[in-house]
Amino acid sequence: MTDILVAIFSLSGAIFILLASIGLLRMPDAYLRISVTTKAATLGIGLLLIAAAIHFQDFSIATRILAIILFILLTAPISGHLIGRASYFSGVKLWKDSIMDDMDGKYNKATQELKSEDVEELKKREKKERKLIKKNPAK
Amino acid sequence: MTLHEFIFYIVVPILSISVLLILWRFLIGPSIVDRIIALDLIVTTGIGFIAGYSILTNRPSFLDVAMILALIAFLGTVAFSYYIQKRNKK
Repeated sequence: MTDILVAIFSLSGAIFILLASIGLLRMPDAYLRISVTTKAATLGIGLLLIAAAIHFQDFSIATRILAIILFILLTAPISGHLIGRASYFSGVKLWKDSIMDDMDGKYNKATQELKSEDVEELKKREKKERKLIKKNPAK
Repeated sequence: MTLHEFIFYIVVPILSISVLLILWRFLIGPSIVDRIIALDLIVTTGIGFIAGYSILTNRPSFLDVAMILALIAFLGTVAFSYYIQKRNKK
């Protein structure tokens, strides 16, 4: 019985890792590749480790495996976020069919600052406000 | 088919094929970011290999290596992204 469970878990984990590698090879864009590696690979590794935990049926080994799974679940999104941020700032281009870029214009390359608003729109709005203040001063 | 044969003839070959595919992306990757992602995924697949191997050889002490490997993969990715951002500054 446990052998069948181990076989099912390990096979599904291996298939998820294979899907992650195919996605890494086929995706058109660095950001899409990051999203593939942080989702499918994490699930595949978790399933393989759970298969090992079922096979050994020992409390100490199960705790160790739980610690590894928890660590991977915690660190995979963090590393994906960090590498995506670094690649956006270093100028890796988006896929040509991407629909929207939320961070377009919000990052100042000279000062390396990221603002929550568009930098040029902010300047325009400040100019307008100054003009309004000049037109009707001191109400 | 015993569990040993199943893992030896089906699970480990699937993992090997996926490592080869990731290695191809590592070699052709257009930017350095693609290479870093591929390296991270190779190490993560290595953890899966270790889990399968510990079932094959019936030795759970291999799983300690898997823990250290997960730690090193995370640290490596963080260091790479830190230095990419730092390189841009100049």
